[in-house]
Amino acid sequence: MVLKVFFPSCCSSAESGILIGRWISEQNSAVILAVVHFPFIPLQVKQYLSEVQRVTKVNVSVLGSWSNSKQEKEESLSEFLEDLGTIFSHEPWIQISKEGDSKFWSCSTLQKHSNNPKEEEILLVYYDQRKVMLSHLHPSLDTATSADCKADNASKLSAIFDTVAKSKILFMTDRYDDGPIKLTHWQSDGVEASIIMELMKQASVPACMLLTFLLSLISGICRSRVLKFWPLSFLWSKLSTCEQLGHRLQHLQVISSNKKAQNQTQLMRKANIFVSLLIDVALGILLMSWLYRKNRIGHLADTLIPVADHIAEELQDLLQWLMGAPAGLKMNRALDQVLGRFFLYHIHLWISYIHLMSPFIEMILWYVGLSACLGLTVALCILSDIIALLTFHIYCFYVYGARLYCLKIYGLSSLWRLFRGKKWNVLRQRVDSCSYDLDQLFIGTLLFTILLFLLPTTALYYLVFTLLRLLVVIVQGLIHLLVGLIDSLPLYSIILRLCRSYRLAAGVKFRVLEQQDGKPLRLLMQINPLSYGSVVQIYRLPTYSCYPKDSWTSLCKKLFLGELIYPWKHKGEKQD
Amino acid sequence: MEERRYRSASGAPIALRCRQHSASCRELVVRCPRLQLRSLSAVTSAVWLAAYGLFVLSENSVVLSAAIFITLIGLIIYLHFVKIDQESLLVIGSLGIQVTSSYASGKESTTFIEMGQVKDVVINEAIHMQKVIYYLCILLQDPGDPQGISEVVPLFQSSKPRLDCLIEVYKSCQEILEQRKTAPQSS
Repeated sequence: MVLKVFFPSCCSSAESGILIGRWISEQNSAVILAVVHFPFIPLQVKQYLSEVQRVTKVNVSVLGSWSNSKQEKEESLSEFLEDLGTIFSHEPWIQISKEGDSKFWSCSTLQKHSNNPKEEEILLVYYDQRKVMLSHLHPSLDTATSADCKADNASKLSAIFDTVAKSKILFMTDRYDDGPIKLTHWQSDGVEASIIMELMKQASVPACMLLTFLLSLISGICRSRVLKFWPLSFLWSKLSTCEQLGHRLQHLQVISSNKKAQNQTQLMRKANIFVSLLIDVALGILLMSWLYRKNRIGHLADTLIPVADHIAEELQDLLQWLMGAPAGLKMNRALDQVLGRFFLYHIHLWISYIHLMSPFIEMILWYVGLSACLGLTVALCILSDIIALLTFHIYCFYVYGARLYCLKIYGLSSLWRLFRGKKWNVLRQRVDSCSYDLDQLFIGTLLFTILLFLLPTTALYYLVFTLLRLLVVIVQGLIHLLVGLIDSLPLYSIILRLCRSYRLAAGVKFRVLEQQDGKPLRLLMQINPLSYGSVVQIYRLPTYSCYPKDSWTSLCKKLFLGELIYPWKHKGEKQD
Repeated sequence: MEERRYRSASGAPIALRCRQHSASCRELVVRCPRLQLRSLSAVTSAVWLAAYGLFVLSENSVVLSAAIFITLIGLIIYLHFVKIDQESLLVIGSLGIQVTSSYASGKESTTFIEMGQVKDVVINEAIHMQKVIYYLCILLQDPGDPQGISEVVPLFQSSKPRLDCLIEVYKSCQEILEQRKTAPQSS
């Protein structure tokens, strides 16, 4: 069977010594972690290895010998190395030797209790220790979702990645330490550390505590009874700004929690939330500085009232058009006039209220604009709420038109059943035949005729106001889509995939290096990074987002029957 | 390491190169037909003629610069995302099978399938438009069901070699896959 030796490329130029690592017998492969140099005392090496094994729970042991000689092969050295095999008993004992500057190493195994005397083929796989240690192997999405993933079905590569990742403590000693054992690994030239990271780690603890305290204050205020009275709680639930602020508060709570992240997913989620918040606030402050320069807020407030007036005028023109002969259709004059005048009076009231508020608009807008510093998403939600408030009369008209139309449709269907001599049985939820009296039939038929001939007028008003309402809903929907996109995009993961692509691994790839007959096959193992699509799919942040709760057919059915549509559904709190 | 010429399913010339690195490692590379200068110039001239026609009609020179821009961007996208130069199969007995496609711009997209997941490599036939073509594919083991197949991974999708080329590749792969059945192993 083929013996696979995973050799770290940083140890290629190391001095002679013995190899330590992990032997995975199920895969017949040896993962070499470091080289221990002469002189050493075997007892101390064994003690050190058992210490490492205890801490890391990885079965580290002495696997073989490594000889790097500048001149030709020395016979005495090779015998010495073979004798080492008797001190550290390991089956099979791997001997790798490199001569001079030759690229091709010779690798042989010593089997003491071998039952098959034939030479087994040896495969030498080089790997970059630092990258494999830092990388996180993502299982492919279909294996992750299968119900019973047994341990032995787990990827063999993940065993190798785990071995290197868990042996971090082995890489903490460098060659400047005065210990009894001299190792060579990727960090043996000096342990890497960054002052900025250390300072940030020290500063983050009090910062987290302060943030937790502030957040508990804020959530205490939010939960107080004062804000739970009926008109206010109704208002909070309708405004999308409050939803977004609550969502961000939740995110802040996740970041400021004192518990360290247990696994990779949680760490990435925290990092994604942090970067997303940072970018959001930065864009919000940018927007704010742009708005407050050159008194743009003043200009905005000045144009708001004329825009509201303009919308009202357009609506009035529309109603005058409907009260005449719209698109050549002939309306029922009396009903037309009643409905038209009713809506016109409504618009008149609305305009008066807007004009009442106009002196305060600029000040309100100025203070509301300050809240853009909480984030671009909050500013977009405020914009969506302002649009909703400005078009409130369209919403009212839609409700009136829909209710009227709905009543008419239900009345018509019920009287149509009466016309045919049937009745709706509420108990059995079906249509039953029923014998009516003559005067019941007479009045029913009369009412049916009246309602039928008044239907076109009501239907037209309903159609026009539904279209207007749908227009406003589409605009609001687009804004919410943008907010959802900013909320859920995992920016940290994307930047990581861009700059340090080896951290997010989808798998590995092998490259065959130059071969020489008689020497073992040499392969280079590199990390195959995840594609951007999978990065976004795996690390997406959950949102409270609004999905249309009706499919197209049920939406059309509701529109036809005149039932009120609430196209956006807000998901409940999602538990991680 | 010889190179043999074959034909693809649509008649274009392709070349197969087989390298044996060791007793249990083989690399099979199929080189796809290159980008023809003829078709490239034909497409470019067509786009530019259409843009010139639009310019004559509308007297707006933005159309011409837009056409140049579109041609350049289109060519870059085609070379980087669509045109595959060669497809290779690296079979390492006891490690796995690696499938690589190299694009004309130098980009390489690699997938590595571990040997434990590979059930078998077979030649399948498929009905594609009006003809029946043969293709080589890797059958992946279903972890729950030892007899089942969880996925079929088709190989050489862009070069589409004909049956004679596929038989060569199939024989090479099977020689290595058989070794894992003869060697007693517990993986």
